[in-house]
Amino acid sequence: MRNDGLFIAVEIDDTITADAELAKKLTEACPVDIFAVADTGGVELVEGNIDECVLCGLCLAAAPAGAVKIIKIYDEEALLTR
Amino acid sequence: MRFFEYEAREIVKRAGIPVTDYGFTTDATEAKEIAQRIGGPTVIKSQVLTGGRMKAGGVKFADTPEEAQAHAKDILALEINGHMPRGVLVDPKAQVEQEYYAGVVWDGTAKKPLMLFSDMGGIDIEQVAEEHPDHVGRGHFSTLEPFSDFQAKQVIAAAGVTGRALQRATPVLARLARLFLENDMTLAEINPLAELKDGSFVALDAHMEMENEGMPRQKALLGALGIGAQEGTREGHTPTAFEEAVKAIDAADHRGVIQGKDTGFTGNIGLVIGAGGGSLTLTDAVRQQGGKPANYSEIGGNPSVAKACGLAKQVLRLEGVEKIAVMMSIVSNTRVDIVARGVIKACLELGKDPGETIAIFRIPGAWEEEGFKILDSYGIEYCDRSVSLWEAAGRAVAKIEKAAA
Ligand code: SF4
Repeated sequence: MRNDGLFIAVEIDDTITADAELAKKLTEACPVDIFAVADTGGVELVEGNIDECVLCGLCLAAAPAGAVKIIKIYDEEALLTR
Repeated sequence: MRFFEYEAREIVKRAGIPVTDYGFTTDATEAKEIAQRIGGPTVIKSQVLTGGRMKAGGVKFADTPEEAQAHAKDILALEINGHMPRGVLVDPKAQVEQEYYAGVVWDGTAKKPLMLFSDMGGIDIEQVAEEHPDHVGRGHFSTLEPFSDFQAKQVIAAAGVTGRALQRATPVLARLARLFLENDMTLAEINPLAELKDGSFVALDAHMEMENEGMPRQKALLGALGIGAQEGTREGHTPTAFEEAVKAIDAADHRGVIQGKDTGFTGNIGLVIGAGGGSLTLTDAVRQQGGKPANYSEIGGNPSVAKACGLAKQVLRLEGVEKIAVMMSIVSNTRVDIVARGVIKACLELGKDPGETIAIFRIPGAWEEEGFKILDSYGIEYCDRSVSLWEAAGRAVAKIEKAAA
């Protein structure tokens, strides 16, 4: 699953989007509410907040390595690294 | 924050400065009862937060309680400069021997309160200072060191007041100075301060303004005066649509802080500016470089993208705005990349080319490198702290002039 703002894109590995535990962790970790727990219990992205990403990397630390990607669209799609 | 006269008089009274036996009311019948209690000629004064009451018919003299009631009825229905009165003040007509002026004002240049005293009260102190400078005594005092009555005495003596009047006026001015400090005032004025036939002094009118930022500390006083939080700062003018919109954007998001003012500005360069005095400096710099600002604004703290975007959008929507200048003094916690995203987003959402619309971007602050990458990707001219505020303002003005030519 990938969602693009104007400046930032967030990508979550499709194999883990249904993980309810991870959804909770990501929701708690992100300071600008980019992640939410979907009605189904999995993780969903809050479209209106994507560009608010402060590049803190807390979501990367909360998820298994490589499962969440923060992409800087303005910097030739450079990835935020942990 | 401004106070009505009846509130200012109460503040003066609480500070131990003698006032007349006045009464405040919103009802003409009650005005008659107050006049009966006073038992003599009275003055009925409209309670409005604007000047020119006397000229507009908002101050009338009554010899009887019935006359006081009739005047109160008229004044309560009288609009002055677009303001309806909060009520009327019924005041005894004092037997005045001489009128004086006593005031304390915040001197922004000296960064200290300034006491003023004159033996020519009842008229504007500015007029007295201009026409009779020898009749005005002045003196600064510290906000940190203890205040001494002697400092007040020196100021009064400098206005040429001597003898019994000097002795009696000294505690009045000293109490006014202490009141100023204790209540976070920016202005505390008694005009006229009357010397009665028996030599006593009494405040016949008072004018007070409190520092807006001091209001949370002064909840006890405001509560005692019956002033609720819903009254805000009682700003002297009705906020414009731009000002209201910026205020609403600010209130909706706790991150960072924005403010906007457009009253009195009619130019073509929109300003998204801020940081510790930066807004004033930058507005001056733009004007001195020959530019015409369309507004004044302040952006600071750590605003969200949405907040920066909201402010920039409101500025861009102002009539006549051709370009915006995004400039701040050096900031430590405002994220350059976040503000850059916000202002670019504002341009794009309004269908404008950010590279053309943002005349200059100068925010030396946190995450500068990241911000520069964003600005580069949209072709926006930016600069770092090696370019002064003055120079950045000049570049913005030059760009607008070039585009207009
Ligand atoms: S990097 Fe930080 S702000 Fe951005 S999505 Fe991850 S947790 Fe949220």
